Amino acid sequence: MKSRDFVVRFAGEGGQGVVTSADALARAAAQVGYRVYTFATFPSQILGGPTWTQVRISNEPVLSQGDQLDILVAFNRYAYDHHVGELRKGGVVIYNSEDFILGENGDRRFGIAVDQIAKSVNNPRAANMVVIGAVAQLVEMPLRYLEDFVKKRFSRGRAEDAQVIESNILALAAGAATAMGSGFHLAELEPPKPPQYEQILLRGNEAVALGAMAAGLNFYVGYPISPATTILVWMENNLVGKGRFVHQVSSEIEAISAIVGAGYAGGKSMTATAGPGFSLMSEGLGLAWMAEIPCVVVDVQRGGPATGLPTKTEQSDLQTVLHPAHGDVKLPVIAPGSVEECFYAAAHALNWAERYQGPVVLLSEMALAERSQNIRKPDLAKVSAERRSIYVGMNGYQRYDANELSPMPLPGGPGAYVANGSEHDGWGDTTHLPERHIRGTERRFSKLGLLDDGTFETEDADLPVVMMPWGGSKGPAREAYEQLRARGVKIGWVYTMYLHPMPSKLHKLLREKELVIIPELNFQGQWSSILRSDGIRAESIRQYSGLPFRADELAEKLMARIRQGQERKVHA
Amino acid sequence: MSAKNPEYDFKWCPGCGDFGVRRALEFALIARCQKYELPMTTNVVVAGIGCSGNLVHLLEGEQPFGIHGIHGRTLPLAFGVKMARPELNVVVVAGDGDFLSIGAEHVGPQAQRNLNITCVVMDNGVYGLTKGQSSPTTDIGVKTSSTPYGKIEDSVKPLSLYLELGVSFIASHFSSKPKELASLIEQAMDHKGLAIVHVQSPCTTYNDTYELLKGHKAKGIEPMAVPVPDGYDPTDRKQVEELLEKTTIPIGVIYKNERPTMDVRFAAMVGKVKERNVESLLKSYAL
Repeated sequence: MKSRDFVVRFAGEGGQGVVTSADALARAAAQVGYRVYTFATFPSQILGGPTWTQVRISNEPVLSQGDQLDILVAFNRYAYDHHVGELRKGGVVIYNSEDFILGENGDRRFGIAVDQIAKSVNNPRAANMVVIGAVAQLVEMPLRYLEDFVKKRFSRGRAEDAQVIESNILALAAGAATAMGSGFHLAELEPPKPPQYEQILLRGNEAVALGAMAAGLNFYVGYPISPATTILVWMENNLVGKGRFVHQVSSEIEAISAIVGAGYAGGKSMTATAGPGFSLMSEGLGLAWMAEIPCVVVDVQRGGPATGLPTKTEQSDLQTVLHPAHGDVKLPVIAPGSVEECFYAAAHALNWAERYQGPVVLLSEMALAERSQNIRKPDLAKVSAERRSIYVGMNGYQRYDANELSPMPLPGGPGAYVANGSEHDGWGDTTHLPERHIRGTERRFSKLGLLDDGTFETEDADLPVVMMPWGGSKGPAREAYEQLRARGVKIGWVYTMYLHPMPSKLHKLLREKELVIIPELNFQGQWSSILRSDGIRAESIRQYSGLPFRADELAEKLMARIRQGQERKVHA
Repeated sequence: MSAKNPEYDFKWCPGCGDFGVRRALEFALIARCQKYELPMTTNVVVAGIGCSGNLVHLLEGEQPFGIHGIHGRTLPLAFGVKMARPELNVVVVAGDGDFLSIGAEHVGPQAQRNLNITCVVMDNGVYGLTKGQSSPTTDIGVKTSSTPYGKIEDSVKPLSLYLELGVSFIASHFSSKPKELASLIEQAMDHKGLAIVHVQSPCTTYNDTYELLKGHKAKGIEPMAVPVPDGYDPTDRKQVEELLEKTTIPIGVIYKNERPTMDVRFAAMVGKVKERNVESLLKSYAL
């Protein structure tokens, strides 16, 4: 029997090689042309704690981390007890027999003395290779794929390269031999079908950082916070350069204020944070909206409220990012749904900020930020770097006088004005006149009309019932959709990452639907409630466990909801 | 911009110390523009919230750029402006409530960076705009609308606080002498690093301290505001600490320390780093 894809989960204590094993397997598979998708979750502590990483490998594009496990690699007893329930029927457990013993081999499980084997090949650091050698053997993935990976990774121009490569290859073979000796094997993985285009392998947060840089980002400040810290670290390493500024600041309040100051002075500025930091940025975002200053805030959502679940995923900041501040404010929000979209969404967010002269939120989430995927290498020719319209006339300009967007003066140039967080007149001077507040409010909202260039996906959208996931739930929702279609269920597909302002054509389409089902990771059903207030018959399928959707479970819930609708119709 | 703008209706009370500070800042900005032959638009005034922040709208003559932001955040806004455009001259104007209560957390980080900007802090010892509540510099025991039985907190000693936080230029003056104050602000703008000019700027409505600051011979009141002694060396930390032990308010340059500014530190780091571009970074993720 052959199989198109398989799912393996590595679970154990932080520091046992969970992440390195998963990364090595994913990269090795991606190098020969498989599509890979990883999902990582770890505790909020420096060392140790229960951690696991899941890798899905397929010869077709993969959209989610996969549902049930084909293989569980348990590095300790706790990991075995907590994850074995997700093993599919016929799946196999590989466990670390140096850490615990499960009695006689059998029952679709076998132990490996990983460290002992690694030592026997004279490379104690090759334990992860023993593990992935065993995993590969179970699905009959040719060992040469892994050997090629080892050669590539350890050819570092050092004297010991040859020895390191040899010992790692021996470790792979030893792992494979143990698996073979166990007598278990799963369906053979079909050979890869490498795509015709150039690929890169990266995480969501890295894609955000690269996309922002591609659109001309030249000012980044941030404050460490899970799961957004990796963007700060990336920027400190890579954005540093002439005419660009990057720095770790003392708080999120300092971060938002600084990017507003930089945006005012002409910079393309950005910061990244998570829920708690975003809450602290509320007032500063209100200032950017009121004073009309371009800047971008990335919110990598985690479980909330308060400190919440710092290292788990959730989609519960949506209402907050749309209305972060007091008063009449509704911020533009772009929520990418895949690692590839993270790149283009970040570039688009910067362009929107420049175009409408105001703050834009890029809404990501933990599961997307930490997910690593091989994607088509972004084509830089497709990324534009928009520049705001800059005032070039004489002094005495009334920057805020027009009813809509007007060119923005830059310090040092003509047109000195006061960027004012109080309601203001054309010069930017404070005023309380009713007609000024009316005009100012209308001006600020009218500029959103400049952002109606968002794209969207549809499939069978003429059907009366459609599903419309948002953000990182896109992948599992798409898989669930395909499962439903395979079962003959009549349901359409709608998706956009441009949540606000939503493409006007899409808005029109949604208003015509009998039912729009929204799978989302929050308790309140935030997106559907926003859509309902906008005259769209939307309902949520909600999950709030700190984990992403599983496609099979979601498909069942969608089925149940559709049946319920049909029964209602019959009774009516 | 008030002279030509009939819509702007904010007014300081007659006799407010902020009038003198405004005049001093105008003098200092004009002098700087003349000295370096730069247009007024190369200056950015970042104002806090409170009576003092309105200074940015009340400046007369040629206009600098301005930001009138949110309460307490002048320093991080100024940090953004300055690090995006280090060639601009950035001046913060804020009151004691904005700068030393809600905004106090921002003084330390900018001092450690030695951000090259100037702050003019107008200290009236009270929240004026909200009608007379106690501020960090209100003395213990004083009755205000929010301390009807007398303030029970100790008051902040701003000059000692700045020194301890590592501010590299500290000056102190009194709003009644705009020309002298202008000269201090000019020196502060010429200083390479974080400069704070702390100004006693009395509130004639809620905390009229003119008499205390200037003294009144007939009433036997000794002036609180006393020029630094002859021969005082603001670069000698020991002398500075001794001066700040006194109960009077010293007038003049209190402290001066030369060390690299944030923009210089950052540029030096950039000089050592191999610059990356998006294309090469994308390649680094190749399989």
